Amino acid sequence: RDFNERCAQCSEVNWGLTDGGRYYCRSCHNVTERTREVVNTDFMTNSRVQTISKGSRKQEKTDRGCEWYVCEGFQLVLKKQAEALEALGVCPQMKDEVLYNFWRRYLQKSKQAYCNRPAGETVKALSVCESSTDVDSEPERPSLLHLLSLSESEGGLQTDCSFASSMSKVSESTSVYSGSVDGSLYLMKNQKKKLRMTMPMTLSFCYMALLWLREPITLSELLRFVVEGHIPYLNVFQHFPEKMKLCGLDLKIFCVESWPVYEEVYNKMLELAAFLDLPRFPDITDSCFLHPDMLCIKYLMEANLPDELHNWTCRVVKKIGIGEVDFLTLVPGNKSTRKVKYDILAAAVIVVVLKLLFLLDDHYEWLLSDFAEERNKNNKEGGLYFEFKKWYEVVKHSLDVEQKKLDEERAKYLWRCEKPLFYSDKNKSKVLKRRQMVVNLQNQFGKLSSSVRRAEKPNPSSFQLSWSEENTDGSCFHGHSLKGILQEKCGLLTAMNPDYWLCTVKLCNEKLCGHLAHYREVDFPQSYHFVLRLFSFLLRIQPSYIHDEVCMIEHKLFNKKLYKKLKYNTVLRK
Amino acid sequence: SSHEHRLNFKKSKEACLSYIQDAMLQKQWKRAAEFLTCYVESLEKDYSREPIGPSEMIWRIGTEILCHHSHSSMKEFNCFMEQMKTLGVKRYLKVCLEHVFHLLCNGQIDEAYQNLSLAESWRYGEQTAIQDKEMKLIQAYRGLLDYYSWSKQKNILLEHGLDGFADLSVEQEMHSCFRKAAVNLKEIIKIPGVWDLFVKCYVDLLEFYGDHNEACQVLNEYAYNSKFPANPNAHVYLYQFLKRQGESKKSLISALKILHDIVPSHELMIDFNTMLQKSKKRKKRRLGLEVIFAALDYAGWKENVKAWSCLARQVKQIVISKKHLDWIKQEWNSRKDWWPAFHFSRYLAKRNWQENKSLSYEKALVAGILLGKDCKYFKYVSHQGCKAQVKRFRMLKKFVNRHNPVYLRISG
Repeated sequence: RDFNERCAQCSEVNWGLTDGGRYYCRSCHNVTERTREVVNTDFMTNSRVQTISKGSRKQEKTDRGCEWYVCEGFQLVLKKQAEALEALGVCPQMKDEVLYNFWRRYLQKSKQAYCNRPAGETVKALSVCESSTDVDSEPERPSLLHLLSLSESEGGLQTDCSFASSMSKVSESTSVYSGSVDGSLYLMKNQKKKLRMTMPMTLSFCYMALLWLREPITLSELLRFVVEGHIPYLNVFQHFPEKMKLCGLDLKIFCVESWPVYEEVYNKMLELAAFLDLPRFPDITDSCFLHPDMLCIKYLMEANLPDELHNWTCRVVKKIGIGEVDFLTLVPGNKSTRKVKYDILAAAVIVVVLKLLFLLDDHYEWLLSDFAEERNKNNKEGGLYFEFKKWYEVVKHSLDVEQKKLDEERAKYLWRCEKPLFYSDKNKSKVLKRRQMVVNLQNQFGKLSSSVRRAEKPNPSSFQLSWSEENTDGSCFHGHSLKGILQEKCGLLTAMNPDYWLCTVKLCNEKLCGHLAHYREVDFPQSYHFVLRLFSFLLRIQPSYIHDEVCMIEHKLFNKKLYKKLKYNTVLRK
Repeated sequence: SSHEHRLNFKKSKEACLSYIQDAMLQKQWKRAAEFLTCYVESLEKDYSREPIGPSEMIWRIGTEILCHHSHSSMKEFNCFMEQMKTLGVKRYLKVCLEHVFHLLCNGQIDEAYQNLSLAESWRYGEQTAIQDKEMKLIQAYRGLLDYYSWSKQKNILLEHGLDGFADLSVEQEMHSCFRKAAVNLKEIIKIPGVWDLFVKCYVDLLEFYGDHNEACQVLNEYAYNSKFPANPNAHVYLYQFLKRQGESKKSLISALKILHDIVPSHELMIDFNTMLQKSKKRKKRRLGLEVIFAALDYAGWKENVKAWSCLARQVKQIVISKKHLDWIKQEWNSRKDWWPAFHFSRYLAKRNWQENKSLSYEKALVAGILLGKDCKYFKYVSHQGCKAQVKRFRMLKKFVNRHNPVYLRISG
């Protein structure tokens, strides 16, 4: 801002910039011939903001659309996601207050620029932050391939070598290409300290907000809703306004071709919470949905297990103290405590309870089941005793059917959308031609298909498996009794099963090898594997993660005994 | 798989492909189409690193589905093929060729011809040179279709006889087809390979226009050039040509010799044996015996009366002349362990007698000589024959009885 001449017409010194880079007098709108020579990367000064807000966007002649910044894009994404969550029943506070505040704080902390929204957008204007200090006066010319190779693992596009090869034909010295203003800068700078925003991270934001509000949606559910299409993620850029053109490197930022993984989203969320210097999150008490006692109810129902098992899950939770407020509540930045994954924890508690009661050594549980079966045959009064064998058959059948459906859905997934993506205007026509051919082929073979692809997504539901007591075929086990496997000792109800086997005698160092234990299907009984498989399906995560939590719980539960009996015993007496 | 939770585009499409594969193997065409619909968006991704890209997959899978699906039509198929042609320039001629094959299989000769002509005129920089083989094939098939036209016109002319000027245009067209066909057919058969149909057509053309030298040369090349893969048909064609031309027995025999080596069970072995038997040269007659024994080693000849009669005749002749009994001994040596059960069981005796008296007669003669008058086959058949008072069986019995010592000499 070094233009200090007086205006020829009105003698004021009050200059702004047109889109063409010319100075104009704000008082009398006299446009001069003086242009700014230096490309000032110091975008975010007030004057710039005001220039844009003066409606010069309307004067766009090129079809490059308006100038937009990457963070604006992400803001739109978050907005869409929040709206979707609201439609699912989340309280409106989430979008209007919590998420918005988190985002604002993030922008401030990461010193990113943002600007006023043009009229018509509903998101409130964000305050201008201090100008970025880490911008070189001479913008670097980054190597194209270098940029493309960055952030490979962050859910972005695989390096598209046709793009690389087509671009490399262009002279090396041309600047890198993106529809957004700062796309190339975005990818280039070492943003490790600043926690660069990515698409998976938008889900981390959402989950963090949900957690703050203690909404009854677990992370696994959130991710499932994303995959099922109820929450925009894939191809969310379709909802960007027309004038926000996406091309070149923007694609690497906004277009994802893989589904986010639980671990990734979760860890990013922790990182984010620490980065934002958030205080201790609102308490997770025993009346919260995320409390293990509550989640266990849900999962027991979904797994078609007897309600009576809930007493046992509560006992385990109490015994090892994982129901305590301080254990469950998230304190960002506190590296000493192991962070809680509520859904996995609850599932693991159920697995441990099943092991306590049924042993699950591929032997004992069937034995117990035979006894229960005998008893059920001879004595119909007083309700049915729970038969592991029947439960296994019923649940396995449903699980196999649902798993098969899920596998097919995954294979049939359509990743592309109508809005075409091109790296540059050069391959625009090729991309459009290809798209047209794809649509033609889809029509041709679609007509020859067996079923009409359903146009509507199925309604989002919290329960994937449901069992009704009204079914007369006895396929619902909620009301079944555990009497056959329990006994009374000193006034307390205990399991008849006297044994227990530990999943692992020694826990690994999670920080070093990423897991507490290493799960291989062949090393464990098939019943145990089946139970893991069941919850693995419900939560859409690998069985090994549940196995880790099971190990953790077991070690807390048998803590004392473990110190006594050291290396060689894996079977303990309770 | 159910354990792979990190799902991305590539894995999703791989899974999709395996579902397509399963569906196709089980002939569930609707299901295959369903998954293919989901797979086609792979075209929008770059796969230039993979050996087989999605465009080739889609072409091949789509073709299969459209061929077998009950609701698909040639129109749809053609539309699909046209799209596939634009997908990959490196594959353009191959796709054209396969399209042509399908059109031919569906009887759309004219469309096939049009497509071939179109493909022949295609040029695309260095690709044209790279796809040289396919281009040759395209020209060859066009040559074939030209031959087909020629043939039709020839038949028209022959039917109408010498009507005169009305047929002049047909005749001219016929000659033009001949020229076009000849050029292309000649080219393709130069390349080592199996070109049976092309060779036959080309020779037909040459023979019609009287160029027998060229025809002979072509057939010799085809049969004897070591660069070409061993092909029994080549020898058959040559033999048939020489026969048509009325060549000497000597050349006919030499044409069939390699055929005997390659395919001892060939149907022409009867002709071969017949010629060899009549030869004055001892070696040739010896060969004849070898040929007929070898042919009858094969199950397909078991009930062939002609073959048995050839063997019977030759064996009878040897026995009567009392010369060269060692020939029979040599041939019989490797067969005496299994021919009795194979040809001369009692069961077969009964069956042959019931079904085919002539067969049983010839076989009985051979059995009688090789196994003696007491063998099951001969006993049964001659008994039945004599019972039925059929004259030749009575003669047969006498003959074998008379020459029984021969059997002893053979078997010993």
